[in-house]
Amino acid sequence: MGSSGTAKVTLPTDTQILITREFDAPKHLVYKAWTTPELIKRWWSGDHGTVTSAEVDLRVGGRWRYVMAANSGFEVAFHGEYREIVTNERIVATEVFEGMPGAEAAAGVSTNTFTETNGRTTLTILAQHPNREIRDMVINSGMETGMQEQMDRLEQVAVSLN
Amino acid sequence: MPILVYDVGMARAATTADAFNAVAEPRRRQILDVLAGGERPVNDLVAMLGLPQPLVSKHLRVLREVGLVDRRDVGRQRMYRIDGHPLKPIHDWVKSYERSWSERFVRLDVVLEELKEKEKEGGNG
Repeated sequence: MGSSGTAKVTLPTDTQILITREFDAPKHLVYKAWTTPELIKRWWSGDHGTVTSAEVDLRVGGRWRYVMAANSGFEVAFHGEYREIVTNERIVATEVFEGMPGAEAAAGVSTNTFTETNGRTTLTILAQHPNREIRDMVINSGMETGMQEQMDRLEQVAVSLN
Repeated sequence: MPILVYDVGMARAATTADAFNAVAEPRRRQILDVLAGGERPVNDLVAMLGLPQPLVSKHLRVLREVGLVDRRDVGRQRMYRIDGHPLKPIHDWVKSYERSWSERFVRLDVVLEELKEKEKEGGNG
């Protein structure tokens, strides 16, 4: 089993989120898992649901779009455009959450960097948001989903007690 | 690469007159960074941050109001020190977002193990 550790999240400025995670694999494989639709489908939704579509047009100006059927029953979709691609090294792309009012204006820019040391890869995701309110909202989303899962589990426990 | 996992009803603002607001100001975060290294008199803060004393004092007052900074007088000096307790909700706030990403990465770990295996097999034959 690859030793992994948890994601580390920090807030370098009022409008940014920085996510860092180390993987027990060389960077060309992390890059492959990150950019190949059938592999994206296996990890991107985490525990939140199922990825029903992953489109990747991996070239500068190309678009990406991921759709997830969330456990709670609704669909969420994200899309964006690749701005910079350095194979196995770095991807810069915009990111839009389609359900949000004024979604395009609230687009973030995500810079993903893959750095390999001794066969292990550190992935950093620097998300730049247009303002602090949107940045905070993105972080709140994690809290909401976390709470939703807790509620779901609580419900399961409650049902099992019947 | 998506950064976000939204859920319905997510738009809860984190802007109340508490520690969240106090640390939203970059200068105040700088002050906390300095104080994280130990107790300091206000003159040190002024010198280290290169800001006018009235401005530093104003930020210190905001930090004291939300309980992030304590003050005590030692002789003629006013000493300031950090109190991390009000930061706990902020820590928790970020943690839940972190958890959401960790779940995703655990799945990515599984995919990567398979890719490594495949590459090994490919290399052997």
